[in-house]
Amino acid sequence: MVKVVLWGSVRAAAGGAETVEVEAKNVRQILDRIGELHPGFKDRYDEGVTVSIDGQIYVDDWFQPVTEDSEVYLLPYLEGG
Amino acid sequence: MLDKTKDPVAERDFKVVGTRPVRPDGVDKVTGRARFGADISAPGMLVGKVKRSPHAHAKLVSIDTEKALALPGVKAVVTRDDFAENKKQCDVLRNIMAREKVLYDGHAVAAVAATSATVARKALKLIEVEYDVLPHVIDVDEAMKPGAPLLHDDMITKGVDPEPETASNIAQRYEFGHGDVEKGFAEADVVVERDFKTAAAHQGYIEPHACLASFTPDGQGELWCCTQGHYAIRGFCADLLGMDISKLRVTASEIGGGFGGKTTVFLEPLALALSRKTGRPVKMVMSREEVFRASGPTASTSSRVKVGATKDGKITAGEAEFRYQGGAFKGSPVQFGAMCAFACYALENVKTVGYDVVTNRPKQAAYRAPGAPMAAFAVESVIEELAVELSIDPVELRLINAAEEGDQSSFGPTFPRIGLVETLEATKAHEHFSAPLGPNQGRGIASGYWFNFGGATSVSLNIQPDGTVALAVGTPDIGGSRASMSLMAAEELGIAYEKVKAIVADTASLGYNEVSHGSRVTFASGLATIEAARNAKKILCARAAKMWEIPEEAVEWVDGHARPAGANAGDFEPMSLADIAKVAEQTGGPISGHQEHNASGAGASFATHMVDVEVDPETGRAHVVRYTAVQDAGKAIHPSYVEGQFQGGAAQGVGWALNEEYIYNDDGRLENPGFLDYRIPVCSDLPMLDTVIVEVPNPGHPYGVRGVGETGIVPPMAAIANAVSAAAGVRMTELPMSPPKLLKAINAKKANGSA
Repeated sequence: MVKVVLWGSVRAAAGGAETVEVEAKNVRQILDRIGELHPGFKDRYDEGVTVSIDGQIYVDDWFQPVTEDSEVYLLPYLEGG
Repeated sequence: MLDKTKDPVAERDFKVVGTRPVRPDGVDKVTGRARFGADISAPGMLVGKVKRSPHAHAKLVSIDTEKALALPGVKAVVTRDDFAENKKQCDVLRNIMAREKVLYDGHAVAAVAATSATVARKALKLIEVEYDVLPHVIDVDEAMKPGAPLLHDDMITKGVDPEPETASNIAQRYEFGHGDVEKGFAEADVVVERDFKTAAAHQGYIEPHACLASFTPDGQGELWCCTQGHYAIRGFCADLLGMDISKLRVTASEIGGGFGGKTTVFLEPLALALSRKTGRPVKMVMSREEVFRASGPTASTSSRVKVGATKDGKITAGEAEFRYQGGAFKGSPVQFGAMCAFACYALENVKTVGYDVVTNRPKQAAYRAPGAPMAAFAVESVIEELAVELSIDPVELRLINAAEEGDQSSFGPTFPRIGLVETLEATKAHEHFSAPLGPNQGRGIASGYWFNFGGATSVSLNIQPDGTVALAVGTPDIGGSRASMSLMAAEELGIAYEKVKAIVADTASLGYNEVSHGSRVTFASGLATIEAARNAKKILCARAAKMWEIPEEAVEWVDGHARPAGANAGDFEPMSLADIAKVAEQTGGPISGHQEHNASGAGASFATHMVDVEVDPETGRAHVVRYTAVQDAGKAIHPSYVEGQFQGGAAQGVGWALNEEYIYNDDGRLENPGFLDYRIPVCSDLPMLDTVIVEVPNPGHPYGVRGVGETGIVPPMAAIANAVSAAAGVRMTELPMSPPKLLKAINAKKANGSA
């Protein structure tokens, strides 16, 4: 199981859950599993989601691998100027 | 100082990277030959102009174009009726052309194409628009109050539990943080709490928005425009005009500044719609007034920040509430502000709340590190005040609490390798830090953070028959990136910088490229360039292997040459890139390297700025007399352009801090839509902006690159506010700190006998 911390607006889209534990080997599987648990979440991640894995930020990158030891945060979609 | 022995990236000895050659677009730009958005023309071209709302908020009752269309020379008019409803781009559609309501002074209501600018302007006057004027709201705090004029009847605040039952101007509430701030404040010996306000500042690019659109009768479109992202423009336009993406080809012109403001569409869909209607090319160029009234400035904000610390300077809790208005549509950068606010500090207890608010102003657009500068202004002002209260040097206070590798960031994840401490140490070591101050002068220091991004990137590198290299990238060059890309290609291939020619290719020539934003270009396009060069090197080695009749793996690429990998591979004279390129046709055909990826591994960037300001107590004028910007670049590919980014951020920060603001009258009309009344800094406002490049390599890039384009605008407002407050002896909490405002504060202090 991978522990995923939900942050900011992502948390609101997942029914207010602060953390979820899911069976997943990559980012897409994490998003799919959370979407199954919280149907409202799918709309949110269709708009784009940023994932931090062990402090490294990935934007819309589905196949980044995760393990049970990974620190995983779901963050709002990030964009700059 | 960085210990190179512990860092494999830092150990590398670069041959070309780190030098300062002349930029490939330099001659064209200084001779006037470079073609910017308004320089593109086509035979039979029409001129397009936009009719804009004079009202801040009104129902759009009717638009009558009959008289305008009857004017000789007028070829077409487009209004809301020419654009189909689009749920996906609902707000973008309503921003480029008002539908049910006009939502700000300057909102487009119609566009005309005519044979000359004179005829087009006359036609605009003949378009009859009936408005039903509504009450308006400009200020963010006013817009949040119950009973405020409502922009969108269906705007129910998201992120609030339970969900509100009635509409408001608050689009969303965000919350970030960890720990227990109440417990943290209870442990504090000193707590500082302050309210702050910042004005809307425009990106201030010198080149106005401009484009030329051409639509053929069989539904093919071409567009030339000044933009930070022509692939994104293609996507917006194709969607809004209901056409296939492949049928629209977009070419990015040279760009006279963007800073985030040229990452969306304004004129482009209108020009394409007019061209489609007339069958002729249509050129549109905004006036400066239109740029101010109708393209995005950044958000204006109000905030409250509270920070507690122990006597020895350890911060026990940080808490803030940020309220950002992003103009007439949702999407202010408040959540980035709330995430970045305390990112410089390793805090056990931190909480930030953000509110995204709509008002009757133009839809905000990204501006360098969107949202972060306003939050840093507030937080870093409080940190400075805390330092004064604790009698601790402001750099020392920051060092005591500075975030480092392994610390949990205030926005959640654990920081990987970062360079804040190195920027603070470099600041302390700089001669400026201990230089004496003159009368009425004060010194201010502030730090700042920005994430930096990667993203979708496609690069093609073609080896030419004479051994030179054509490099095609898809990210518009907004900061000298063609030079940086050429340096990285030359470094990787082992050839001279002058042998590489980089261009920004059109949308038909490469795969999708994310916009030039998020400080991503030198990182992401650079990474793709390096990978493309490595792919080309594999082919070059394979061709040499064929000629030598040895296995490919027995050939290596060293210093621009293919050579046998060892004594067992055989004894062959190394072949240069030019030697192999010359016979490419005979050995298998043209040689190219490509890379397409969603670049990951971007490295966050921190900066610390130090500024001396002199305040005239008679007039309230604050003048920057010395400025030093210190920032972690990871690795400076072209140090001059890295320094230029630092200086650019600082210069724009000086304007935002001291003068720049949108001024509205009681009717909600913008009163200063021009550079005479909206005052950006000019040369006489600025001293030499000194820079220090700190290089803490980003492990996510083969050369260690971190983005540098945005972080430089995060600390300046706070640093300048701290300097002004020290010089004037009164804490300034509102931007801009313009002479009337500063004089009022100084006089109030004199009258009260205290700050």
